Amino acid sequence: MAVEAGCYNFGLAMARATQEASSIPPEVLARYEPVIGLETHVQLKTATKIFCACSARFGDPPNRNTCPVCLGLPGALPVLNRRALELAVKAALALHCTVEERSRFARKNYFYPDLPKGYQISMYELPLATRGWLEIEHDGKTKRIGITRLHLEDDAAKGMHEGFPDSDRNTYIDFNRGGVPLIEIVSEPDIRSPEEAHAYLTALKQILLYTEVSDCNMEEGSLRCDANVSVRRHGEQNFGTKTEVKNLNSFRYLVHALEYEIERQVQTLESGGTIAQETRLWNVAAGRTEPMRSKEYAHDYRYFPEPDLLPVHATKAMLARVRAEMPELPAARRARFVRDYGITPYDAGVLTATRELADYFEQTVRAGAAAKTASNWIQTELLRRLNASGEEIAASRIRPEALAELIALVERGEVTAASGKAIFAKMFETGKPAGRIAAEDGHRQIQDAGEIERACREVIKKNPDQTAKYRAGNEGVFKFLVGQVMRATRGQANPQVVNEALRRLLAAK
Amino acid sequence: MSASPNASAGAAPPAGSTAWTVAGIRRALESRKVSARELTKDYYARIERENPRLNAFLALSPDRAYSQADAIDAKIARGEPLPPLAGVPAALKDVLDTRGTETTAGSRILKGYVPPYDATAIERLDRAGAIFLGKTNCDEFAMGSSNENSAFGPVHNPVALDRVPGGSSGGSAAAVAAGLAVVALGTDTGGSIRQPGALCGVPGMMPTYGRVSRYGLIAFASSLDRIGPFASTVEDVARVLEVIAGRDPLDATSADHPVPSYSAGLDAPVKGLRLGIPAEYFAEGLDPAIRQKIEAGIGLLKQLGCVPTPIAMPHTAYAIPTYYLIATAEASSNLARFDGVRYGLRVPGATLGEMYRKTRGAGFGPEVKRRIMLGTYALSAGYYDAFYLKAQKVRTLIKGDFDRAFQQVDLILTPTSPVTAFRLGERTEDPLAMYLADIYTVTGSLAGVTGISLPCGKVCGTLPVGLQVIGPHFEEGRVLRLARAFEAAGGFEL
Ligand SMILES: [Zn+2]
Repeated sequence: MAVEAGCYNFGLAMARATQEASSIPPEVLARYEPVIGLETHVQLKTATKIFCACSARFGDPPNRNTCPVCLGLPGALPVLNRRALELAVKAALALHCTVEERSRFARKNYFYPDLPKGYQISMYELPLATRGWLEIEHDGKTKRIGITRLHLEDDAAKGMHEGFPDSDRNTYIDFNRGGVPLIEIVSEPDIRSPEEAHAYLTALKQILLYTEVSDCNMEEGSLRCDANVSVRRHGEQNFGTKTEVKNLNSFRYLVHALEYEIERQVQTLESGGTIAQETRLWNVAAGRTEPMRSKEYAHDYRYFPEPDLLPVHATKAMLARVRAEMPELPAARRARFVRDYGITPYDAGVLTATRELADYFEQTVRAGAAAKTASNWIQTELLRRLNASGEEIAASRIRPEALAELIALVERGEVTAASGKAIFAKMFETGKPAGRIAAEDGHRQIQDAGEIERACREVIKKNPDQTAKYRAGNEGVFKFLVGQVMRATRGQANPQVVNEALRRLLAAK
Repeated sequence: MSASPNASAGAAPPAGSTAWTVAGIRRALESRKVSARELTKDYYARIERENPRLNAFLALSPDRAYSQADAIDAKIARGEPLPPLAGVPAALKDVLDTRGTETTAGSRILKGYVPPYDATAIERLDRAGAIFLGKTNCDEFAMGSSNENSAFGPVHNPVALDRVPGGSSGGSAAAVAAGLAVVALGTDTGGSIRQPGALCGVPGMMPTYGRVSRYGLIAFASSLDRIGPFASTVEDVARVLEVIAGRDPLDATSADHPVPSYSAGLDAPVKGLRLGIPAEYFAEGLDPAIRQKIEAGIGLLKQLGCVPTPIAMPHTAYAIPTYYLIATAEASSNLARFDGVRYGLRVPGATLGEMYRKTRGAGFGPEVKRRIMLGTYALSAGYYDAFYLKAQKVRTLIKGDFDRAFQQVDLILTPTSPVTAFRLGERTEDPLAMYLADIYTVTGSLAGVTGISLPCGKVCGTLPVGLQVIGPHFEEGRVLRLARAFEAAGGFEL
């Protein structure tokens, strides 16, 4: 079904930016303290939408996943998706929130073509969860950012302003996204810099991925971020007037937009102006925040309790069910890695970046590799190659058991460290086991002292001049002779054994 | 060939109509005295004859009706058991979604709208073998007490054509009263089944909130809206209710409460039932002629061994403002979806805002606009606490009145309406006077309880009076039992 929206583009109309931020002397900027709070919208990883049985899948042909409920047809009613509630509760518990015993949906009323019912079903005076916190790490320090509230709501449909022959006159609407479950997570204004905001979003995303609450795919819009920003003089107790900055849909935009907005506010204040409380939009192309037309966003949403849905009761049984499926969270896992595996906090941080990587590390250790060695191999070889190839760890052809086997070969001295890296490269390409590559490519190190001694005798015999020079006291020749032995053994002789054998044989005569 | 009246089935027929009943139709079908197709054809002939003066039907659905009738006839031919409402010609209020049949809610904004699905109650009627004759006229979005707010002209009361049938389910009440349907579905938000039932002289029932799924009912006020039946007899009201009642996974507010066989329990004794008579419902404003009929009705029930008991319902006076605040607030939000974007009327404009304004300006009638404005105001920042929130608190007090009353009595008896059917146009200039027509019905709506309006004689020779019987939550069986006893004792013709 193609839905035509009328003879106008209803895209977010922009008023002209009134102020241009230019660079401000750093010492001026340093006199101010930014105060930032983030509102994050996260799509939940459910199979179906929040209030109907339509698929919540991303990327299907427009308007395939629709029904009377999510199209807002007359007479249709919402029914809460229990899984969406459980995932929201899971996120709330992971963020140390109090899940309210009784919460309630409310209608947020406003007109927009992407809002088929004329209201969004959200939560207002009685949110699902309140008063949580999240720990961020920034500048080597740990800081707690408060979570004010977390609530459930339905996503809007998607206006399609481009790509149709009549796009200059008409807008189309894709209702596939309409009704996909969202949670909104509102932080306290505890964030003091764009970098801390980045760290907050990183930590939040990590928790949501660990708990499998969301796939957090920012390109597909399953993680979206708005910021409330104000500045004040250091030491000032009261908050300055804040602006709401929207459209911060990547980590990069978040940092850039915050930097821009902070500078803009400082400059406005420095030049004797006042900050207007307004909603601003990050203009990616222009690299600046711009005020949205106030008329379109000066809303009185006329919230009232949603009469079509019963209040939500977080029962003990439901909380227990959610707790039972809660995985070990990143912070706990980091601490355990340091404690149990004796690796550094830095290494533990890298290895727990994702749940998959941490699982990989632990499986490698469980398969017999020493923790520190496994940590080194994963960080230097595996992550480097995955980064280069752009693959996910789940897709890696080297399974943890195979890596452990390779590490064992190196540890036992059966292949050299250098050969190990070559074998790793081949394993990464082909997925063949380490032992087989070592054998096929001749990486096995020769340990047999007898064999090495034979090779040494051969080299001494073939190089009488050099042998004589050595015996005459020219130590420099020794390296040459070792090189000859290594060449004769195609590099596979254990260098330690070669050294010993050669010195012994040369001294013997 | 043409269907004959079957006066032996059920109670005596209302004046001027022929009286098929559910049981009578079943017997006639099973004995092959009539086929479902013949019966359907006969009802369409009556509609063709009568509807031009009544304007009770907005749309007819002969394709669906005849295919439903043929399915019943095929079952009979194969000797299969018949479903509970087999071959029963039914009229459906136009706020109920019907797959494939235009559904306008009496509004220009939905002119031409054909829903892709059946409301749950409609689907249950369909499965029970009913024949869907068509959609009945009503006040626009069920907002009104006289049916004069329909965008498609008012319904005329079959008992007196210059008078209103009541509202908002006036078309359904008139269709049953005029014998153009055996049963009908209406909806009741503040009295919209009970009051037209009273004014047209037919039983009409509002079930408990949550008893019948609202899925597919075009919402007026979600916390108040109910779907319920009209019929000529109490037994048929019971037979329709037991089909449409029960939990529906598509309506979160539908109750998971067992549905008894209402029709099987009808003849249980009523002796000793305590009937609460609230003084507040017999005060100033009640037409003395109506009062006299209601008192006669109470007297009749006393003769049957019931025990009338005076009770107090002190918050009754606040019911009208409370109702109009809550209902309009919810309506202002429920009607936001009619925006010209996806379905129904669209009037183009140079900007999005202009398209919205022009579409809604042209699509909604004056009463709907008035209620959207009132409701928007009641929910606005700065007024919410004083209006919407206060109204919710008073609603709780009104519920408390009922809770306390039902600790003392089994049922409550009141007039359904303070007035009989008034003349078309008589009250349209005074919305406030119109709102007061709901004074005895909005209380039960706010409390979520069940109620029925029963014919209780006539005044001035022709104008029916309605007796309201209100029961506690999910006590439809008790209400119907008393209603049946009243009917059997001749209460309808008092
Ligand atoms: Zn859907």
